[in-house]
Amino acid sequence: MVVAEHGAAAPPARTGDRPFQLLLAVMAAAVPVIIGAMLIALIAAAWPAIQRFGGAFFVTSTWDPVRHEFGVLPFVYGTLVSSALALVIAVPLGLGVAIYLSELVPGRLRAPIGFFVELLAAIPSVVIGLWGIFVLVPWVRGTLGPALRSAFGVLPLFSGPPLGIGMLTAGLILAVMIVPFIVAVSTEVMRAVPRAQREAALALGATGWETTRTAVLPYARSGIIGAIFLALARALGETMAVTMVIGNVPQIKASLFAPAYTIPAVIANEFTEATSDLYVAALIYAGLVLFVVTVIVNALARLLVSRVAAGPAQIRE
Amino acid sequence: MVRHVKRAMLVALAVVIAGAALPAGAQGLTLNGAGATFPFPLYSKWSQVYAAEKGVQVNYQSIGSGGGIRQFIARTVDFGASDGPMTDEQIAQAGGRVLHVPMVAGAVVPVYNLAGIGPVLNFTPDVLADIFLGKITRWNDPRLARINPGVPLPAADIIVVHRSDGSGTTAIWVNYLSKVSAEWKARVGEGTSVNWPTGLGGRGNEGVAGLVRQTPSSLGYVELAYALTNRMTFGAVRNRAGQFVRATLSSTTKAMEGALKNIPEDYRVFFTNPDGRDVYPVAGFTWILIQGDQSDPAKGKALVEFLWWATHEGQKYAPTLLYAPLPKSLIGRIERTLKSVTIKGAPALP
Repeated sequence: MVVAEHGAAAPPARTGDRPFQLLLAVMAAAVPVIIGAMLIALIAAAWPAIQRFGGAFFVTSTWDPVRHEFGVLPFVYGTLVSSALALVIAVPLGLGVAIYLSELVPGRLRAPIGFFVELLAAIPSVVIGLWGIFVLVPWVRGTLGPALRSAFGVLPLFSGPPLGIGMLTAGLILAVMIVPFIVAVSTEVMRAVPRAQREAALALGATGWETTRTAVLPYARSGIIGAIFLALARALGETMAVTMVIGNVPQIKASLFAPAYTIPAVIANEFTEATSDLYVAALIYAGLVLFVVTVIVNALARLLVSRVAAGPAQIRE
Repeated sequence: MVRHVKRAMLVALAVVIAGAALPAGAQGLTLNGAGATFPFPLYSKWSQVYAAEKGVQVNYQSIGSGGGIRQFIARTVDFGASDGPMTDEQIAQAGGRVLHVPMVAGAVVPVYNLAGIGPVLNFTPDVLADIFLGKITRWNDPRLARINPGVPLPAADIIVVHRSDGSGTTAIWVNYLSKVSAEWKARVGEGTSVNWPTGLGGRGNEGVAGLVRQTPSSLGYVELAYALTNRMTFGAVRNRAGQFVRATLSSTTKAMEGALKNIPEDYRVFFTNPDGRDVYPVAGFTWILIQGDQSDPAKGKALVEFLWWATHEGQKYAPTLLYAPLPKSLIGRIERTLKSVTIKGAPALP
């Protein structure tokens, strides 16, 4: 049709504009529609459990498929704590690598290191989980656990026997999985900082570290925070590798050596063999809780980013 | 040229229409089933052999017993498969006359990791229950020492490992514990997943096996087939006759014989802890679920014929894949069950 009108008075580019805009609008609308549809489907499927347990679901610690008593509290706890632990480990590590890659590394080393970081992101999570079972778990049980225990054993955080399986290992394996996200995004953001920023800092007599700290990091701040929350979202939803090393026990223990459980793990573990309607509904309800937790975390991220994105103008107070 | 193409297309169209309109004989039929993962290797072997011999495709998806039961209730499959019997409620949901047809059996064994101790340990039912209840916590507990004279049991904590995913293996294991321990029955109960009083959870047989292998002084449970293929160390369990028996395919088949008089007409039972000598007490069926009154004449007949074949000729493939075949005494009963299947009121088998 467009071709046919080519010779007409109207500029040819205009004719295609409307349909194209419409097409893009439909595409853009698809995303919120899909999310809304998912939410409705989750609520509908979880309805028997919502009716039965209501808000008590969030504060109950029992998960007993035999007696049909379900509460999601230990799973929420396990999901949040393992992800937080992963961030505590992965953020300094990831930022360190990113700063090195963007500010310090000799040109010929940048490509290989970047390549390995991206390779780490490409490893399937079940493979990382196997590595966790066969390498990380024995190491935590034999080396890291006893060392932490002898150094900080008085703290409840490191009490009890290190079995190798548990919250600490889950946090470590999640850290390994999210470091590439933080590194890849942060490196790009830092490299996008204008040269003039660095040169200005250097001209004022700043050392290399001072330049990074005063000129690069503040400028890249909102991008880095975005990277961290992208990583957190991945950690919250990660299933396979976590379930292989966390021990899968729904309990809330102060010790990081104790086994725990996460929401994605319990859904993956129990959904296929859940036979009664209420049981299935409870698992879907747990999925709904995960959905809500992820939305809240993302909303917080937005808020944080918009706060700090006030940005480079007020770098030095 | 154009005419040739047109003619070729017409021929192709005619073939397609003729194919669709052909009276549906057994040849070229596809039976769709879904369910338990445990018997999947056997069912795919059967499917392969049966397609070659009879020309009927059996398409089996191992989506888990729970999924199999759901699909069967929704009648999206021709047969379901499960490692645990359907509940009365589920049977009511499915409607019609639901039949459970046993295919083979599997045993569940206690595997452990104790340095320097081979496959020599003995377990009694009460000791196993108390270990999994968290009441026996040390390997050198006097009750364990008494049934294992001469074994240098270490003074170490028992790290209990269980399945974290819902599974038929768990269902058999906890059904056995419920039968032998009143306290287990009252506190924990039975099902494909339970609220474990103690221990670590591993995902799948391989997860439990991995944890047991990696964790010194641990004790878990896996399918016999899995323990054998992975050369895991497992112990003997005392049966009702008072003998300590190690699980083998024949001691599992014997368990079915021993349980025969307690297996109800609908086969909906875990035959754990049966009577009889040389029986291994922790074992269970895996079933195929079908509707007793079939509506599709061709499919109904093909389905019953396939199940007949599976419970007769098909049984010879079971031992090589490490499943315990059904005992002869049970097959006679299954024949009666299969002969009871009707298609629109008429018997499916002559």
